[in-house]
Amino acid sequence: MKRFRIGVHVVPRRGILDPQGQAVAEALHTLGFGGVETVHVGRHIVVDVAAAKRNMAEESVRDMCRRLLANPVTEDFEIATVEAL
Amino acid sequence: MKFGIVTFPGSNCDYDAFHAVVDELGEEAVYLWHKNHDLAGVDVVVLPGGFSYGDYLRAGAIARFSPIMTEVIAHAERGGPVLAVCNGFQIACEAGLLPGALLRNSNLRFQSDWVRLRVENADTMFTEKYEAGSVLRIPIAHGEGRYTAGEDVLDRLEGEGQVIFRYVNASGDVDPAANPNGSMRGIAGIVNGGGNVLGMMPHPERAVDPLLGSTDGRGVFESVLARVAA
Repeated sequence: MKRFRIGVHVVPRRGILDPQGQAVAEALHTLGFGGVETVHVGRHIVVDVAAAKRNMAEESVRDMCRRLLANPVTEDFEIATVEAL
Repeated sequence: MKFGIVTFPGSNCDYDAFHAVVDELGEEAVYLWHKNHDLAGVDVVVLPGGFSYGDYLRAGAIARFSPIMTEVIAHAERGGPVLAVCNGFQIACEAGLLPGALLRNSNLRFQSDWVRLRVENADTMFTEKYEAGSVLRIPIAHGEGRYTAGEDVLDRLEGEGQVIFRYVNASGDVDPAANPNGSMRGIAGIVNGGGNVLGMMPHPERAVDPLLGSTDGRGVFESVLARVAA
């Protein structure tokens, strides 16, 4: 078994009202970051997982996202980083 | 009739629900610890409000996998009544007992207040003691109550009479200013397709005694009592 450290981004689905992201965008405008168009605030989850192969580790984490880590009604996820430990 | 009130780590409205059932309605109630594997023969399951598992990850996301939820889902599939209030509503959505999800209030604030609810459908096991269109005063206390679902799901809920309560103003009209959390189409409570699972963000169990300022929540309990006893 190998070990992998997988980072996942979970973000609010585009098109769903994201008041938290809007509030952060407004604060950034106030600070003078006029180029900011939109902000979405989500979660970054890091899972250390044992698996025979890298793709199996990734598939396992995708399954975790579908079943628990992300809400399929309102959120999207993507694997952001995969690191062999 | 016997009510089973599920206690998760972090539930905080389980005693209120117990008080409503036992002291106000004079019915029997038991607490069901979330690690239990059976429902102790109860007729009605209450998923109470609170902050199960500290709202870690998402409100209701982890409680949904507590052992007792397998039994609650089986009970619901048999047509057994489930009353899911506040955090219970969030858990019921996460568990797939009800469609949609409850997101952060649109004003980003925890809202603890009285709201007005219009009874949209009085032909359900939870609302038959109310008049359709009547307006109730019931408290809310939540930070994540913005009901959200796809437009197709919302259309279906409305078409099938599954929208049970909406937030309204003093005139009884849906009004963004009277919507405390930005819920889509002003939705405060829905039932599943079978009509036996009610999810609602407002707390009917906190509106059962004149001392608390309203008795408008009693109808939810009296309705289900009348139906199950029949």
